[in-house]
Amino acid sequence: MTITFAIIAFVTITATVAAMSLRNLVHCALASAVAFGGLAAAYLQLDAQFVGFAQILVYVGAIAILIVFAVLLTRGGEPTEEALFSRTWLAGTAIAVVVFGVLAWTIRNSFVSQRETTPVPDATVKEIGDVLMNKYVLPLEVIGLLLTAALIGAVIIALKEERK
Amino acid sequence: MTPLIGYLLLSAFLFAIGLAGALTRRNAIIVLIGIELMLNAANLNFIAFWRFSEHPEALTGIMFVIFAIGVAAAEAAVGLALIIAIYRHYKTTNLDEVDSLKG
Amino acid sequence: MDWIVKNLWLIPVLPMLAAGLSALAPQRCRKFSATLAIGSMVVSFLLSLCAFAHALHSVGHEGTKEVFNFTWLHFASGDAGVLKLGWVLDPLTAVMLVMVTFVGTLIFIYSTGYMAHDENFTRFFTFLSLFAGAMLGVVIANSLLLLFICWELVGLTSYLLIGFWYHKPSAAAAAKKAFITTRIGDVLFLIGIVWLYHASGTLLFYDNGQGCMEQSALVKMVAQTTGAGMAISTAIGLLIFAGAVGKSGQVPLHVWLPDAMEGPTPVSALIHAATMVAAGVFLVARVYPLMNTSLAWLSALAEPHPILPVGSPALTVITWVGAITAVFAASIAIAQNDIKRILAYSTVSQLGYMMMGLGVGGVAVGMFHLITHAFFKALLFLGAGSVIHGCHEEQDICRMGGLRKLMPITFATYAVGMLALCGVPLFFSGFWSKDEILHAAHGWNVSQVPFYLGAFGALLTAFYMTRQVARVFFRSCHPDLGRTTTSEQRTVEHGGEPASKHPHHELPPGVHESPASMTIPLVILAVCAGLLGFIGTPAWPWFQKFLEGEQVGALNFANFSEHGVVPLMIASSIIVFIGIGLGWYFFGRKGAPPPDGVDPVEKLRPDIYVLLRNKYFIDELYEATVIRFNGWFAMVCDFLDDIVWGGVVALVTCTTIGLSWVNTSIDNFVINLGFDQVCTGLRRDGSWLSLFQNGKVQRYLGVIGAALVVLVLLLIWGLKG
Repeated sequence: MTITFAIIAFVTITATVAAMSLRNLVHCALASAVAFGGLAAAYLQLDAQFVGFAQILVYVGAIAILIVFAVLLTRGGEPTEEALFSRTWLAGTAIAVVVFGVLAWTIRNSFVSQRETTPVPDATVKEIGDVLMNKYVLPLEVIGLLLTAALIGAVIIALKEERK
Repeated sequence: MTPLIGYLLLSAFLFAIGLAGALTRRNAIIVLIGIELMLNAANLNFIAFWRFSEHPEALTGIMFVIFAIGVAAAEAAVGLALIIAIYRHYKTTNLDEVDSLKG
Repeated sequence: MDWIVKNLWLIPVLPMLAAGLSALAPQRCRKFSATLAIGSMVVSFLLSLCAFAHALHSVGHEGTKEVFNFTWLHFASGDAGVLKLGWVLDPLTAVMLVMVTFVGTLIFIYSTGYMAHDENFTRFFTFLSLFAGAMLGVVIANSLLLLFICWELVGLTSYLLIGFWYHKPSAAAAAKKAFITTRIGDVLFLIGIVWLYHASGTLLFYDNGQGCMEQSALVKMVAQTTGAGMAISTAIGLLIFAGAVGKSGQVPLHVWLPDAMEGPTPVSALIHAATMVAAGVFLVARVYPLMNTSLAWLSALAEPHPILPVGSPALTVITWVGAITAVFAASIAIAQNDIKRILAYSTVSQLGYMMMGLGVGGVAVGMFHLITHAFFKALLFLGAGSVIHGCHEEQDICRMGGLRKLMPITFATYAVGMLALCGVPLFFSGFWSKDEILHAAHGWNVSQVPFYLGAFGALLTAFYMTRQVARVFFRSCHPDLGRTTTSEQRTVEHGGEPASKHPHHELPPGVHESPASMTIPLVILAVCAGLLGFIGTPAWPWFQKFLEGEQVGALNFANFSEHGVVPLMIASSIIVFIGIGLGWYFFGRKGAPPPDGVDPVEKLRPDIYVLLRNKYFIDELYEATVIRFNGWFAMVCDFLDDIVWGGVVALVTCTTIGLSWVNTSIDNFVINLGFDQVCTGLRRDGSWLSLFQNGKVQRYLGVIGAALVVLVLLLIWGLKG
């Protein structure tokens, strides 16, 4: 399965890089959708089917579209002529590099990296539903509230002001 | 099966790229995409660790990711609404120009 | 205690109340103020008669001295911290009360006529009433402090009345002179009071054995001596006598009395003849037990004799001062030409006699002369006032003459007074009282010189009084008398009123008799001047016995044959007649030189005459020494105040200002600056730190990323370590 993983990894990384570096914002959004898709494939490969499909539903189906909407609403449809990256791009890149370096170095030197493969777990929807309703019922309720609040909040923030 | 380290490194790399994009791009929406990518990288991390954990039947990783996806969705919605509101006010999505809170 | 003793205070208070009410009344209420004044004096006179009757009643019984003391203030705890005042009713008080109120009433009535044309009629009566109240206060006081208070009040009213016509510069100067000269005596008096209080612990005269005139206090004071070996009682007595010297015009401090004639004539009569100047004599009589003490006596006797002298240093001094004053003033009077000034010097001389009498003969002798003198001197002054008034304010005797026919009543009464003053024998009071003094002086064991001085003084008295009477009443009337006084002189001497304001001069402008309001008191006083002598003759010495607190026996002519009485009477009569004769020869007989020419005395001995005319140049002496010293001292004080104390104040001011400037500077430069620097520093650092906040979200995110790295590294190394 390493090849599958390699392909998935390659696609995802390419898409991510593209999402971060394309000039046309809609292309960026679509590239990010591809990245999300690649990640969904990774989840599937990791036997987390529900999460994988949930990822596609939510991220590709909702968030990517949302991003496209936002791009269009902010007149970002036309590619701009001005510079893509901000004046302080070096500091940002350096920080990202350092962060990756630290993480990689940590991962490399960590004992968890030596974990062995375990038998396939049973992560069916039933199981997830069971746990969701029994052990994680409180977070479930809370996230329901959170989504409500976010929904209302987003609407209010983005509402066009009617008064003259 | 790819070893855990592969997934971890992939996740770290995705995280770094997302961070780099969030820190360097001028457009606010791209920054938001970067942030979503960072969140996704973290989710991948969780799933990877769950898959290679000693007790995967506890479904801890899955739960975490489900909730993380939910929160990310909410956050993306609110974030994009904010960007739209800022665009309405500043007539631009260029983050270099949005510095009213400059000290 | 009898009603009158308890309410003795009414006697001085009523005139003072009258003065207060009169002061509040407007100037036009003349009848009101005069009625108040005279009415209060009449009531006081009646009360004095009650007191006199009471004193008469208790003569010879236990209580010859009845006191009423009360506590005035507490200034410290305990018995010593209480200040008491009070009044006393004894024979001395009683006779003085009757004399002052009686003479006062008569002079008040006289004033209504004399001051009738003056604008300030009500003010005059206000001051007169106040004076009367104060004088009566002096008389009844049982406490030396209360006496001093009323003493000062008397001095004040004297000042106010001498300077009554204050717009006349000479009157204002005379008032000032009177006040300051008596003040010198009063300062010494006050020192004496303080010392007395310190030595005896009380200022009450009689207080059930604890008063300062009583046995225990006197013994204590005689026993202590001052550094100079003088007994304290003598020293205090001399200090108190200094007050009497000022008030009664004895020699060094006599200079104010003649100048005090600038006041209206009733004032001269009341204050400077009968009462105020007698206050000094009264004071010595009051503190007589103190004057009367000496160490020799202390060892000899047990009880101090309150009336008769036993010979003490203080009394010796008093006698000499009195004797010198008597002759000194009499000699000056010979050469004076102002009618009132002659009488003023006569008063000074007679006061000397009174002091001499107190010194050699005791309280009774001195007081007898005081009482008789009050009547005939008041009579003389009122008569002089009548003459002045009738001659339209002429006061120079050289310009008068022949008034015998033009002012008969005045002449008759004036003659009675003059004879009483000279001491013409038998029917004139002055003879009896002056003879008592001479008799006592003759019997004085210290020296006979005062006796000879007194006799010489009697000669001079007769001489100058005859001169005055001859010049004023005899010879012929100057044709221009009463007419040639220029209107300017007239306005000046009558207090600034033009002659047109004299409505009662319906008679042709010339000399005329005075109205009844002025002549009736003259007649009454003349009668008293004649008859009063009989209360103190040796045959029936009621006055002396009364003052000693004993009953007098029946009329006893055998007393005349006591040692030396009759020869002395004859001798003094001869002296008087010689004096009158000389005076008549020089001034009164038909062939005497006229007044316009040179004075006969001057022709006789011009050098002495100049000395006498200029009052022995005493005023000039004082001017050159005391006044000049005073001026110099004032300059020194001014310098001290201006430069020295002013400099100290200025220094303190500068120091304070300097300190405050330093304070301000510190505040401005150190504190504020420091504070400002801190603030500036904070602001600078803050602005420097705020550069970090560039408002861009991406920077913040980058910082979070960096912080993540740092934390992770810290964690790793923390775990590793």
